[in-house]
Amino acid sequence: MITRRKFLATAAAVPAVSYLSLAQAYADTPKSLLVVAQQLDNMTTLDPHVSFEAVGSEIIGNMYQQLVKPNTEDPDVVDPDVAESWEASEDNKTFTFKIRDGITFSSGNELTAEDAAWSLRRTVKLNKSPAFIITQFGFTPENVDELIQATDPRTLVIKTVEPTSIGFLIYCLSANIGCVADKQTVMANEVDGDMGSAWLDKNSAGSATFMLDTWRPSDVVVMTVNPNAGYDGPIERVMLRHIVDPSSQMLMLTKGDIDIARDLTAEQLQSIASNDSVKLLRKQQASIMQLSMNVSHEKLSDPKVWEAVKWAIDYDGIKRNILGDTYEVHQSFVPNGLPGALNDTIFTQDIEKAKALLAEAGYPDGFEIEMDHYSAQPYPDIAQALQANLAEIGIKAKLISGENRQVLTKMRARQHQMILSAWGTDYFDPNANADPYIINKDNSDDAASKPFVWRSHFQDEELIALAEDARDESDPEVRIQKYLDLQKKFVHASPFAIMFQKTATVAMRTNVDGVILAPLPNNNSYEEVTKA
Amino acid sequence: MNQRAKSFAATLGSVLVTLFGLSVITFMIGRVMPVDPVLAAVGDNAPADVVAAARAAMGLDDPLVVQYWSYISNVLQGDLGQSVLTRNPVVSDIAHYFPATLEMATLALILATLLGVPAGIVAAVKRGSLTDQIIRVVCIAGHSVPVFVLALLGLLIFYVGLDLVPGPGRQGFIYDGMVPTVTGILLIDSLLAGDMGAFWDAAHHLALPVLILAYFSMAYITRMTRAFMLDALKGEFIISARAKGLSGWKVVMGHAFPNVAVQLITVLALTYAGLLEGAVITETVFAWPGLGQYLTTALMNGDMNPVVGTTLVIGAIYVGLNLLADILYRVFDPRVK
Repeated sequence: MITRRKFLATAAAVPAVSYLSLAQAYADTPKSLLVVAQQLDNMTTLDPHVSFEAVGSEIIGNMYQQLVKPNTEDPDVVDPDVAESWEASEDNKTFTFKIRDGITFSSGNELTAEDAAWSLRRTVKLNKSPAFIITQFGFTPENVDELIQATDPRTLVIKTVEPTSIGFLIYCLSANIGCVADKQTVMANEVDGDMGSAWLDKNSAGSATFMLDTWRPSDVVVMTVNPNAGYDGPIERVMLRHIVDPSSQMLMLTKGDIDIARDLTAEQLQSIASNDSVKLLRKQQASIMQLSMNVSHEKLSDPKVWEAVKWAIDYDGIKRNILGDTYEVHQSFVPNGLPGALNDTIFTQDIEKAKALLAEAGYPDGFEIEMDHYSAQPYPDIAQALQANLAEIGIKAKLISGENRQVLTKMRARQHQMILSAWGTDYFDPNANADPYIINKDNSDDAASKPFVWRSHFQDEELIALAEDARDESDPEVRIQKYLDLQKKFVHASPFAIMFQKTATVAMRTNVDGVILAPLPNNNSYEEVTKA
Repeated sequence: MNQRAKSFAATLGSVLVTLFGLSVITFMIGRVMPVDPVLAAVGDNAPADVVAAARAAMGLDDPLVVQYWSYISNVLQGDLGQSVLTRNPVVSDIAHYFPATLEMATLALILATLLGVPAGIVAAVKRGSLTDQIIRVVCIAGHSVPVFVLALLGLLIFYVGLDLVPGPGRQGFIYDGMVPTVTGILLIDSLLAGDMGAFWDAAHHLALPVLILAYFSMAYITRMTRAFMLDALKGEFIISARAKGLSGWKVVMGHAFPNVAVQLITVLALTYAGLLEGAVITETVFAWPGLGQYLTTALMNGDMNPVVGTTLVIGAIYVGLNLLADILYRVFDPRVK
């Protein structure tokens, strides 16, 4: 006979038992689905001609083809993508691109030179954050229709206002602004003359392997295979899940609920490295960390002080004890992996030399100074290490920690003294960093252009002339050599102590292969991924 | 004007003043923070002309008073501005993210109440006993351990160790996007769609975060119930009831508890408001696409319209629940006229 107590116990057990049986439904991800955990929180748009941040650029890179793309293994080589060949005129003002035949957008429309021309014109006319990469060649909304044209369905002609190095132009076109979008589809969604901007923020119109299926901000991005891309790999869907907490990402990766974790911390990467079901892929990123000195501050105006600071820093110690595999020592403005990178180690810690330089500058006993830094790790730890290094030569640095944007706001207002911050490269060319680190034409507070170098009040006519000369050099090999020479001067003559270059690490299940990481995020790719 | 109308007008007035104060404070916080809101829109590397255009488009060149007037005029028309990050109106973002938080917080409150109130009563009745001590220890642990530690421990034990619950997220990848959104509450939407697989999947994903939040809230509810009950049990009407020969539990449930229930309304209302707003960290650890995560993301990226808008909505919920508690007080407590 069933007693009341037994009945209640059995009834209570039913949900628990059914729960246990359902729990088994959560097994490894299917082989046709790639699940990635990633912080997707600062992504504002998936429009290739508007996007200007890392995660969005990476997703765009998987959905759009560009005119050309950088070779991820050899930075001196640019590979054809939509354009199969290109040539410059004698006067270096007209550039002709042959567009590859047989490319079809995800909509089914054929990709023509007009799509490529319209895409470039669209970037110029929208004039959003990345537009300067192309407008620096003299294009304006007024003249671009005339200067960028498709002369036939397979020929794109770009005319620049001034003679231009083809190397420089090609490298710039390998950025997202060189993405070719489907004119017909985008313009069909135009609202109030926005060139389809509102629509393309949240949709895709490209010809690469993947196309956008879903984007729910702060939740998930799903890409499916573009049926017209000719892709014959095993992946049918890529799901990027917004998992903010790195600890949650690590737990899910070790359990096999996700295939790839993108944001594990240095400590987590160390601990997970010994896990047999997980492997790591590393690649140096075009992102550098530096200590900037505001030269308008009396104590920081003497180049000898800049050099003293650079000789005081224990680069290897900070790398070894704090940064591990997440950063490498790098001391020049062109990051390793980009053309023209100077990878020499110029400075190593030499306290005596630093002290002597400081004494020569008139500060034998050092001085007190403020140092702002981001509050997120690893910046506080590095700031403390720098504080200790500088203390050895008598510079007493007062650390001021702030949220990332708070620190940047202060720097943009030129209110800092020393600042520890990072700089990400915008496109695959040495000028991408030579320009912001050197070219400061107007050093006044109300200057029309306020590049990174302006924020620290630094203006050096000789360096500016050298940077412009290198930028405009038409011979690609000579151009690279000029950048190398420029950097050798810059490292000594600038108030920027460039210290480290970031290394991105992707942690993935051992059955996942084919993930491509590149120095710039728009070239990161999932198109060759397989799951064993 | 009769007494009831006067009282209603006074309450309404205080609510309006509170909401106005809230709007001023949240707006000012958004504007006086030493962070340039344009950075969120265009990024650090953007050229000066793009920055200037964005600043003008966001109305940041206007004097503060003009900005506030424009803001509050829009708010009164149901427009909380546009999010830079999601490129959606903040109102529609809140409508999208809030149901996920509401679902989790409501279930957590129900569970916390079902466990916490009886535990508090038992602890009060058996004051000083082993049962009381155990309940007290459990409550202290629940209230003093930070919720993210509880959440991570929960994941380690029930997800990684015992394999009883799925990992972070609101849905398994199989069901992602499969259920049409009607209410935004997945349990209801999956039932409306007749998709039992999606229903159980959603229930599974809810289990651990609800349990963690319920534990956190239960600790508070239990402690308050115990304190109220101890107070009530000292009353002369209890001695009188016992003297009349009523059994122990009849005295507790029939005489002491009804006196406590009214006070508990406030506790539960505030707990609920706290859950709706305080699930921020739980949502982060569990990758829960709710209002807390929306707010945190906006805050970390300097996207001020969602921060101000969400804070205003949460504040309004607080005020609303307080008002509800006041009304229920009047309904259930004959002493409050």
